[in-house]
Amino acid sequence: MSQGSLLLFGVLPYAAIAVFIVGTWWRYRTDQYGWGARSTQLLESRVLRFASNVFHLGVLAAIGGHVLGILVPQSWTEAVGLSDSAYHVIAVIGGVSAGTAVCVGFAALLYRRIRYSRVRVTTTRADVVVFALLALGIISGMLATLTNLGDSVNYRESVGPWFRNLLIFNPSPESMTGENVSFIFQLHVTLVWFLYAFWPFSRLVHVWSIPVDYLRRSPILYRTRTSRTTRPPRPASAAARIDVGGQ
Amino acid sequence: MKIRAQVGMVMNLDKCIGCHTCSVTCKNVWTNRPGTEYVWFNNVETKPGRGYPRDYEDQERWNGGWKLDGKGRLQLKAGGRLKRLASIFWNPNLPTLDDYYEPWTYDYEHLISAPAGDTQPAARPKSLVTGEDLDLQWGPNWDDDLAASKVSATGDPNRRELEDKVKIEFEKAFMMYLPRICEHCINPSCVASCPSGAMYKREEDGIVLVDQEACRSWRFCVSGCPYKKVYFNWNTGKAEKCNFCYPRIEAGLPTVCSETCVGRLRHVGIVLIDTDRVEAAASVPNEHDLLDAQLDLMLDPDDPEVREQALRDGIAPDWLEAARRSPVYAMCKRWRIALPLHPEYRTMPMVWYVPPLSPVESLVDERGGELDPDRLFATVDELRIPVEYLAGFLAAGDPEPVRRSLSRLAAMRRFMRAANVDGRVDAQIARDVGMEPSEVEDMFQMVAIGDYDDRYVIPRRHGEDAPDPFGMQGTNGVDFAGCSVTGDASASTEDTLASPADAAAAARFDLREQLVHRNGGSDG
Ligand code: SF4
Ligand code: SF4
Repeated sequence: MSQGSLLLFGVLPYAAIAVFIVGTWWRYRTDQYGWGARSTQLLESRVLRFASNVFHLGVLAAIGGHVLGILVPQSWTEAVGLSDSAYHVIAVIGGVSAGTAVCVGFAALLYRRIRYSRVRVTTTRADVVVFALLALGIISGMLATLTNLGDSVNYRESVGPWFRNLLIFNPSPESMTGENVSFIFQLHVTLVWFLYAFWPFSRLVHVWSIPVDYLRRSPILYRTRTSRTTRPPRPASAAARIDVGGQ
Repeated sequence: MKIRAQVGMVMNLDKCIGCHTCSVTCKNVWTNRPGTEYVWFNNVETKPGRGYPRDYEDQERWNGGWKLDGKGRLQLKAGGRLKRLASIFWNPNLPTLDDYYEPWTYDYEHLISAPAGDTQPAARPKSLVTGEDLDLQWGPNWDDDLAASKVSATGDPNRRELEDKVKIEFEKAFMMYLPRICEHCINPSCVASCPSGAMYKREEDGIVLVDQEACRSWRFCVSGCPYKKVYFNWNTGKAEKCNFCYPRIEAGLPTVCSETCVGRLRHVGIVLIDTDRVEAAASVPNEHDLLDAQLDLMLDPDDPEVREQALRDGIAPDWLEAARRSPVYAMCKRWRIALPLHPEYRTMPMVWYVPPLSPVESLVDERGGELDPDRLFATVDELRIPVEYLAGFLAAGDPEPVRRSLSRLAAMRRFMRAANVDGRVDAQIARDVGMEPSEVEDMFQMVAIGDYDDRYVIPRRHGEDAPDPFGMQGTNGVDFAGCSVTGDASASTEDTLASPADAAAAARFDLREQLVHRNGGSDG
C-alpha cells in the first residue's frame, strides 16, 4: 500500500472528522447568531418550491441508501435473506432515483442562485465553497453509481468494511485499494471528506438543528428574566458584541 | 388562577392624521440596517386599502393565526406540527419580498456626475437588495391616501363582502388610517409556529421576542403571524420583530412610536391576565364571543381577590398600582370603547383601537348642528365609514361592539358640550349609553385631554430580578452580525456579505459600514 493511499484512506478521514467535530463544537459555542439555514425563500419562492423539495428529499433518500450500503454489513442483509443480487437491484434502483433527484434539485438550486440577483447577492464565500464541494460530491457519487450498474465493484466488501473500521478506530486503508474498489469510488469518498471538514463553517450546520423537539413542547413558550436559557453561556469574545438594545 | 402582567396599547384612530412619524422614528431606531430595509415594525395603512404586506388580512391565502379544528380544539391555521415540519424545505404560506416591496434608494450621485446634456439628469431608483435598476410597481404605503381609487380600495380584503356598502365613487369615498405594530398577543401564533422554540413571551410583561441566537431560519413565525409582524432579515437569515421598545418600557418610558406620535393618540399600560384560561378563551366557538372572552381574561385590578393572587404570583405592588391606573384597562374593559384588531385570528392581540368617530360629527355638521339625541344610534349607522366595515377588522364582523364604542364617544361629546357650553350636567346622556356621568368625565380626560401621565402608565422593571443581563445578550430581539466592541468585524464565521458584490451592491452597504463603525469603531 502506497503512502498516498495511507494518507487518503487512513489519515484524511480522521483529520476531516476531527475538524468536523471540533469545528462544530467551536462554532456552536461562538456563533449561535450565525447558526441556521439562512433561508432565501423571502427573496425567491417559485423556483425554490421545486428545487428545495426535490433536493432535500433526494438527499434524505441518498443518506438512507448510504446507511444501508455502507454501515450495514453485507452479512446482515444476507442474514435476513436478501441475496447479493437482490440487494444490488434495490441499490441501483434506489441509488439512481435518489441520485437523480439530488442532481436535478441541486442544479435547480444552483440555477436559482445564479439567475436571480436577489439570491445571488446573499451568497457568501462559504456558500460558494459549499456549492463547489457539494457539486464534486454529487457528481462523483452519481458517476460511481452509474459506472457500477453491472455490480462490477462490490463496495460492500471494500468501502463498507473500511468505513466501519474507521469508526471503531481500527483503520484499514488497504480495503480501499483492493479489487472491489474503482477509481471513481476512491475519488468520491476522498472528495466528500472535504465537504465534512468544511461543514461546521457553512450553513450546512442547520442539519444539526432539525427541530424534533417541536413535536413535544408546549405551543406557547414563556421565559423570565431570571431563568437561564438552555443554550450554553456565551464565551467572552462573543459576549462582547453589542446588540441594538444595548446601545 | 395564575396572574401575569401584560403590556398593551390602545390607539385612538379618531386622532390619527396619517403622518407616519411613528413609522419613521421606529425605523430609525430599529430597522435601518441591511436586510431590514423593507421592514416596518410600525406601519400606517390607509383603509380601505390592501395593507402591508399586500392583502395580509386574507387568511384564506396566508393561513396565519389559529382556527378551531373539527373537534373544536385550537390549532394553527396552517395545520399541525407534523405538517409544518414536512414543509420545512419550502413554506407554502410565506410572503415574498414582492408582497412587501423591494426596497430602493435613488442614484443621486448621477445628478452630479452626469455629463452635460440637453436634458436634466434623473436619479433612477436602485434596489437596496441587488443594487440594480428597479421598475417601481409597489412600495410601502403605495396606496397611501388612495382609499377612493379602484386599484387600492377594491383589493381590500375587508371590503370584499361589503361591495355595495363601501363606496369607491369619489363623492362617497372615505378613508381612515390604521397604524400597526406587533400585537404582543396573549396567545401568539408566531411563538407556536416556531419549530426551534426561539420565540417566547416574557413572563414579566408579555412582550413577545425572538431569541436570535436560537432562531434557525425556519421562517414559520413569519407565516404564522396573521398580522405579518414578524419579519425575515434577508441579510442575516434570522427573524426580527417589534419588541415593544422593551428597553424603554423597562425604564418606565413609552415606546418610540407612542412617544413621537403627533396625534398623541397612543396609550400604553399594563393589564393583569389570567393565564390559566387563555386557551379556553381563545377556543370559544363563536367568533363574536372572542371579544368578551378576551375581556374576561383581563382581571379587575381593584378586586381584592385578584390583588392578593397577583401578589402571590410575584407581581410587585407598584405594578399592581400601575394596573389600577392603566389606560389600557380603562379603555378596553371599563369603558369598552377600544376594540382588538381582527379578534377572529384567535391570537388575543393586545394592541386595541378606538374606532374613528369623526365622520359622524361631519355628518351632523352637514345637517346643521345639533345631533338629535333620539337619533344617535341611527346616526351611527349612517356613518360614512360603514359600521360593518369597521366591524370587519375590529370585531370579527359583529357590528354591536363598534356601535357601542361609537355611541359612547358621541355621547361623551354631547355630555361635555352640555357641561362646558350650557353649564349643565345631563346625566341622561351618559345613562343612555350605559355609563355614569363620572365615568364619562374620566373618559373625556383620557380620550380628549390625554395628559402624558394618563396616556402612559408604565411601571419600571425590577432590575434586582435580573441576575445577568449581559449573558442574555442576543436572546432578546435584534442582534448585529459582525459588530463587536473589539472591532473584530467577523464575529460570524460565514461572512454575511456577498463576496461577488459589484460596485453598486457595495455602495448599498455603506450604511452597514457606518453602523459597524459606529458600534465598533473609535467612538463606540
Ligand atoms: S402580532 Fe406579534 S405576538 Fe401576535 S402573532 Fe404576530 S408577531 Fe406574534
Ligand atoms: S405618528 Fe401618530 S398621528 Fe402620525 S401616523 Fe403615527 S399614529 Fe398616526
